Amino acid sequence: MKKIVSFLLIALAALSLLLTAGCGSKEPAYTGPVIGFSVSTLNNPFFVAMKDGVEKQAAALGIKVKIVDAQNDPAKQANDMEDLIESGVSVLIVNPVDSAAISPSVEDANEAGIPVITLDRSAEKGKVTTHIASDNFKGGQMAANLIAEKVGPKAITVELEGTPGASATRERGAGFDSIAKQKLDLVASQSADFDRTKGLNVATNLIQAHPNLQAIFAQNDEMALGAVEAAKSAGKKLFIVGFDGTTDGVKAVEDRDMAATIAQQPELMGKIAIDTAMKIIKGQAVPSKIPVPLKIVMH
Amino acid sequence: MDRTQVTSYIKKLGPLIGLIALFIIISLLNNSFLEIANLKNLFRQVSINAIIAFGMTFVILTAGIDLSVGSMLALSGAVMAELIVTGMNPMLAIIVACLLGLFLGAINGFLISYGRIAPFIATLATMTIYRGATLVFTNGNPISSLTTDHAFRAFGRGDLLGIPIPAITMFIIFFVLWFVLQKTSLGRHTYAVGGSEKVSFIAGIKINRVKIFAYALTGLLCAIAGAIITSRLNSAQPTAGAGYELDAIAAVVLGGTSLSGGKGHIVGTLIGALIIGTLNNGLNILDVSSFYQQIVKGLVILFAVLADRKKA
Repeated sequence: MKKIVSFLLIALAALSLLLTAGCGSKEPAYTGPVIGFSVSTLNNPFFVAMKDGVEKQAAALGIKVKIVDAQNDPAKQANDMEDLIESGVSVLIVNPVDSAAISPSVEDANEAGIPVITLDRSAEKGKVTTHIASDNFKGGQMAANLIAEKVGPKAITVELEGTPGASATRERGAGFDSIAKQKLDLVASQSADFDRTKGLNVATNLIQAHPNLQAIFAQNDEMALGAVEAAKSAGKKLFIVGFDGTTDGVKAVEDRDMAATIAQQPELMGKIAIDTAMKIIKGQAVPSKIPVPLKIVMH
Repeated sequence: MDRTQVTSYIKKLGPLIGLIALFIIISLLNNSFLEIANLKNLFRQVSINAIIAFGMTFVILTAGIDLSVGSMLALSGAVMAELIVTGMNPMLAIIVACLLGLFLGAINGFLISYGRIAPFIATLATMTIYRGATLVFTNGNPISSLTTDHAFRAFGRGDLLGIPIPAITMFIIFFVLWFVLQKTSLGRHTYAVGGSEKVSFIAGIKINRVKIFAYALTGLLCAIAGAIITSRLNSAQPTAGAGYELDAIAAVVLGGTSLSGGKGHIVGTLIGALIIGTLNNGLNILDVSSFYQQIVKGLVILFAVLADRKKA
């Protein structure tokens, strides 16, 4: 009996708390659209900047955003997406942990009739209204143009490629090669799997094979940092351009170890995502792919 | 010399002949390959895989396998880097990292010997555990700009009398382990355990101790390889060493050591590591497309194993 009474009392207290909370919010009820944003991780400065971009633009436009962090766990992201769909958001922005694992969640959103925007990484299956990502092709072109401009036309250059077959490898490589064909003397393109140690080894071998080498383009900063060590060991001063603008990469540019890095702009990505979501809500047409410009970070 | 003796010599010399053929082909195609500077690069690059593969040879001789080598390398390298960043003397940090590697390898050994878990399963599990621990420890970020200490920098990138220091480290380890394997009872027991565990047991060999030694040794060697990489890059990567187990196993197999244990020698492993390193270096210098490179490497391993089969 005592137990039941105390249980009732607690239930009553909880209920009253809920009621006062409901009545207590004196500010006018929010009636605008709510946008859901599922971010892969906030344990990486790149994605934190992306989230900041989303938050700032939403605040500027006076829109409510629900942000959930998947902590790099595809399973948690599936739950997050379920919760966002359940809560009835108008548009879902998702930065997938994994392109394959996110597909069922995208299909769930399709079923619920919620438009989906993928950010930075794409989804393999399901209908996505638009995909927002860095313009890797253009970034590759920027790198080639920069080398031609700073080192000179027909500069003797090698390219460190990423993991064979990866989308970033293809796009960055295609962009770089399209300009390099005309403006540079590209003597070798070799894969170093986006890895710093491999970048060091492959760059060492290429510096050896091409003694009059002038410039190195690496398709990410990790390989570029490996190339920096290779150039130092060989006692050569080379014009090394990386890609991504990671903390280590930007620092190497500041220290004049690297000539430049083609930096991605995660904050801009977040801003564009919110702008695009608003367009979708207003019923305006959006392109199926939105490339985000990159910027050159130089000393 | 009778027929069996001749075939046994050919069998021992097979990998060496392959290596020499590779040298000749690549140097004919590109004359910068045989330059002293490139040979120095080659040995510097080979040393890391070779050092790991020496340990792998002991493990495979006991009829085991160690998939966790890359993860042990990454974890001990990361811990070493962090210790250096927090101000520890770099040489002391290397010693601590080596002890850690020894410990991680000993865990593998205990799981496999006393725990009676199949080596493939046990080290598959510790491979992911050690990798996960590395990611937790580093928070997924590289630990960089470690130190300007000359001795530490020299460990990975310096020369002594014109020979790269990692290569010197590799040869010292090679000679010590060759001696252990060929001239001590521990070496003979390693062969015996891999040849037949039952017979070894009857002969009174302490099988568990032999196994733990093999895995702990591998852990220690991974830590040394990790120290070389960390020194060369002056930073530690959380993803360092991923896939190194395959290169190490390939070196051992190319060198003629049997995956079923009991048969093989460490000289072969050194040659096997040199073959893989020469391929990597040579294919870079010849600017072969990365797509074809993978096919070439796979074919070389297949041919080596097939040739070995035929002779046996």
